Amino acid sequence: MSDLRIRFDHVTKFYGSLCVVDDLDLNIAKGEFVSLLGPSGSGKTTLLMMLAGFERPTKGRILVDGEVVDDTPTYKRDMGVVFQSYALFPHMTVGGNVAFPLEMRGVGKAEIAERVAKVLDMVQLSAMRDRWPAQLSGGQQQRVALARALVFEPRVVLMDEPLGALDKNLREQMQLDIRALHNRLGLTIVFVTHDQSEALTMSDRIAVFNKGKIEQIGTPQEIYDHPQTRFVASFIGETNLLEGVIDGSAGNSLRVRLPDGRQIAAAASQALSTGENVLVSIRPERIRLDDLHGGENMLSARVADSVYQGNHLRIQLDQGAHNFVVHLDRKAEQHPPGADVVARFQPDDCWVIRA
Amino acid sequence: MSGTDRKKHLGSLALIAPLLVFIAVFFLWPLATMMSQAVSDTAVLKLLPQTAAASRGWDPETPPTAEMKAALAADLQAVDDRQALGDMTRRLNSAQAGFRTLMSRTTRALRSEQVPDLGEIDERWDDPRYWQAIVGALSPTTDRYLLAAVDLERDVSGEIVAMPETASANRAIMLRTFWVAALVTVACLAIGFPYAMLIASTDGWKRQVLLAAVLLPLWTSLLVRTAAWFIILQDNGLINTILVGLGLTGGPVPLIFNRTGVVIAMTHVLLPFMVLPIYSVLVSIPDNLMRAAASLGAHPMRAFLRVLLPLSLRGIASGSLLVFMTAIGYYITPALIGGAGDQMISSVIAFYATGSANWGMAGALGIVLLIVTILLYAIYGRLSSAEERRG
Amino acid sequence: MRLKTKTWLCIGALAAATGLAGVPAGARDLTVVSWGGTYQDAQRDIYFKPFSEKLGKPVLDEAWNGGYGVLQAKVKAGAPNWDVVQVEAEELELGCGDGLFEPIDWDKLGGEDKFLDSAVNECGVGAIVWSTAIAYDADKLADGPQSWADFWDTAKFPGKRSLRKGPKYTLEFALLADGVSAEELYDVLSTPEGVDRAFAKLEEIRDDIVWWEAGAQPLQFLASGEVVMASAYNGRITGINRSEGRNFKVVWPGSIYAVDSWVILKDAENKDAGMDFIAFASEPENQKKLPEFVAYGLPNKEAAGMVSEEYEADLPTTEKNLEGAISLDVDFWIDNSEALTERFNAWLAQ
Repeated sequence: MSDLRIRFDHVTKFYGSLCVVDDLDLNIAKGEFVSLLGPSGSGKTTLLMMLAGFERPTKGRILVDGEVVDDTPTYKRDMGVVFQSYALFPHMTVGGNVAFPLEMRGVGKAEIAERVAKVLDMVQLSAMRDRWPAQLSGGQQQRVALARALVFEPRVVLMDEPLGALDKNLREQMQLDIRALHNRLGLTIVFVTHDQSEALTMSDRIAVFNKGKIEQIGTPQEIYDHPQTRFVASFIGETNLLEGVIDGSAGNSLRVRLPDGRQIAAAASQALSTGENVLVSIRPERIRLDDLHGGENMLSARVADSVYQGNHLRIQLDQGAHNFVVHLDRKAEQHPPGADVVARFQPDDCWVIRA
Repeated sequence: MSGTDRKKHLGSLALIAPLLVFIAVFFLWPLATMMSQAVSDTAVLKLLPQTAAASRGWDPETPPTAEMKAALAADLQAVDDRQALGDMTRRLNSAQAGFRTLMSRTTRALRSEQVPDLGEIDERWDDPRYWQAIVGALSPTTDRYLLAAVDLERDVSGEIVAMPETASANRAIMLRTFWVAALVTVACLAIGFPYAMLIASTDGWKRQVLLAAVLLPLWTSLLVRTAAWFIILQDNGLINTILVGLGLTGGPVPLIFNRTGVVIAMTHVLLPFMVLPIYSVLVSIPDNLMRAAASLGAHPMRAFLRVLLPLSLRGIASGSLLVFMTAIGYYITPALIGGAGDQMISSVIAFYATGSANWGMAGALGIVLLIVTILLYAIYGRLSSAEERRG
Repeated sequence: MRLKTKTWLCIGALAAATGLAGVPAGARDLTVVSWGGTYQDAQRDIYFKPFSEKLGKPVLDEAWNGGYGVLQAKVKAGAPNWDVVQVEAEELELGCGDGLFEPIDWDKLGGEDKFLDSAVNECGVGAIVWSTAIAYDADKLADGPQSWADFWDTAKFPGKRSLRKGPKYTLEFALLADGVSAEELYDVLSTPEGVDRAFAKLEEIRDDIVWWEAGAQPLQFLASGEVVMASAYNGRITGINRSEGRNFKVVWPGSIYAVDSWVILKDAENKDAGMDFIAFASEPENQKKLPEFVAYGLPNKEAAGMVSEEYEADLPTTEKNLEGAISLDVDFWIDNSEALTERFNAWLAQ
């Protein structure tokens, strides 16, 4: 695989007796944007720190372009790192900060000026070149940090929750900017975040971390629509989980029996045998409500609460064992609390996960 | 400023009033008194008004006139304040050695009998040098102390000239004081900076232990510390015993009664004043700046030079200033550990202040030191405010 | 709001006033000031404590390190916080001339003729006679120096020697080493040529001298072997022999002795009690105990006669020890101390 850039090979990291990264394998291709997503303490930042060379794996090895880099000090690894707290040098101007990696590489003065101008233009900060970092807003500082990490055209750009300190609007703008830069420059980016919507928006692939292991890796669509574990299903977006038992299967189409005896048709990517305990994940926005009884894949319920949330209506159903959440189009029919309704969902939208 | 604001302002002013009063009474007033001592010169004029009148127009190269002697005798007979007489005698003796015994002999003689001519009491009264000293002390203000503080004096004709080399060495001692203080500052920096980095890089109990180790000298008395250094540095002390025992040196290395010993002992004593400011600046520098520098391709050494060092400059400047200014005032350590050539200016000041009660000279030397210190502080202020603008 | 501001001002003023007026106004007990160390410990046992019992009131004692400026500052400030001070001969002479001390009531002391001549002064009563002499360690140097000429002889006695930093004693010793006789010593030193001669002699051993400033230092240097001989206070030399079992020898010929005196500071609060204390400390019965603790000579002739032979051998006032010893010329030093100290500092700095 010639376009493989990074390979984590059975990488394990202990802090004392605490295992932070547990026998982890991960491959990242050239030009790929991979997000490491997970709750804090799941090992994603530690993995990034090991890749940057700030930490050393306890076991296993890391390869970049086919070479083991574990004994290569950070400054020789040729990786741009963007930190959550920006880590700009307060005693250098914006221009000085961006020129720093080029000076370290012995680039000539004229070329430095040219490349700094170009990259500052790219992040739309040309006018700030002679300012001090303390004179910039948070978003501007992060763009300087980005420019500084990009200006020397590193093999990989590592970003450690770079947008965590920004407010929502700025964060969303920066997400698009970074994505655009990635597309334009063909950068290989490893992006650590705990914000699932950020990961979904930006990534080519998402690796979902839990307790030092990768629970699932895949495209945003795979992760969202076809979660493989309960953790992934509940960590990424909102979902309704129904417990059940496999009653029978025909190819990818399964029949799941719910505790109350009813059966629903569902789908799965893995082969499951009859009698196995499973969870059925149904996304709130894939559920429709009506008042017609009969048909398959339906549940009768009463509306417990209905909240207008701007772009959608969030309806809470009171349905015995399952407190279903349903997202409806904001212009849909009103379902006042107390109304009896029927919730319907397509077999394709009922995703079965091994319990 | 609105009324409420003004009241608030007054209120806060009232709160710090005790501090202001304290500073004024216990710092500014004594300082001003001390400084005025250096230029005020009324001890003689106050007691000898007739002599002052009689000696007007006298040629200092010639013997004193009879009127002058008579006026002095009359003036001295009129004095009834012995302490004022003492002040005058001290002032005159400081200009011309011998006045002490001359005055006590003369006043004793004047008390008991009527002597027309002072020359009969003591032949020194016929010597113009003693009269030159009196005439030179009749102006209410003087620059002689300030001049003497930098080894200058006025000759008989009033021209400012250098003192003979054997008479005074204040300039040399002062330069040496600054030089030793500078050496100590550099030594403190060389040890203190890495040490502060070490403290800043640790945490928990290790940091506490390292901090305590550097603070420990502040908790023991200066004399005890100095005596301890004497025991360690002497010819058959700890260091030399080890050096000779290991065969590293043929005989004992001279570590005491010379500049080396003084610098070692003073560095030890003053190290906390260097370590603490640098440490406090270092811990305020985010860890990830060094990580960022490394990720951007900077070798650890270059990262240190380009990032950590410039960012800790403020701590280095405060630490150096503190150490230097404190070192200037040291004299016990150089006196006990140093050799003959290591005496510092403070011991000269102490001699004038407590030893010979020559407050004018002590004040003048103090002023020179104060001016240098203020100059240094001004430079520091310029540097740190430049830093401020940037930050 | 107005009230508040006023309140703050009042608080500020009050705080300032209490801060400044915080000096207690109660009567102070008799305060006696001496030279500290084992000497003052001995004085506490034989003078301060018994006198306190006799007085029925506490007697405070403090230590000082000399310095005329200290006394002058205290008296000039008014109401000095010391009453009785033991001073060196120069301080006595200067302070008496400048009116810093109360006159002594010699009737209370039983008359002037009970004391050595040098212990009698208008403003002070002799407390001890002490001496500065050559000391060497007889355990290391069997055939030790006998004179200041030997002290200067670095060929015969190789090694460092220690002298007190300052012109006093040092210039006298240099002239003695240069062959000036004891009788002519101060006549020579009083001339500019004599001073030049003394400095020239000092120059000969400039690099061999370790200067000391505190009285304990020269003995420390001797004990550690840092120097082979030193000038030292005779009481300290005998003291270290007794307390640490050393065998340090005192070279009496060429030693310079002086008298320390008790004085009462002008307008001291307890000047009457102070006078009584001085009389108590001068009584033969009390004074005779001192040589058991420190080897200083006694100015009260009767007391001196009561000292046992064992202790007498170490005193500077003993007939045998006075042979070749020199009395410090106080007048010379009060005239010339400042000018010669300046010159000495300049010489050191060269």
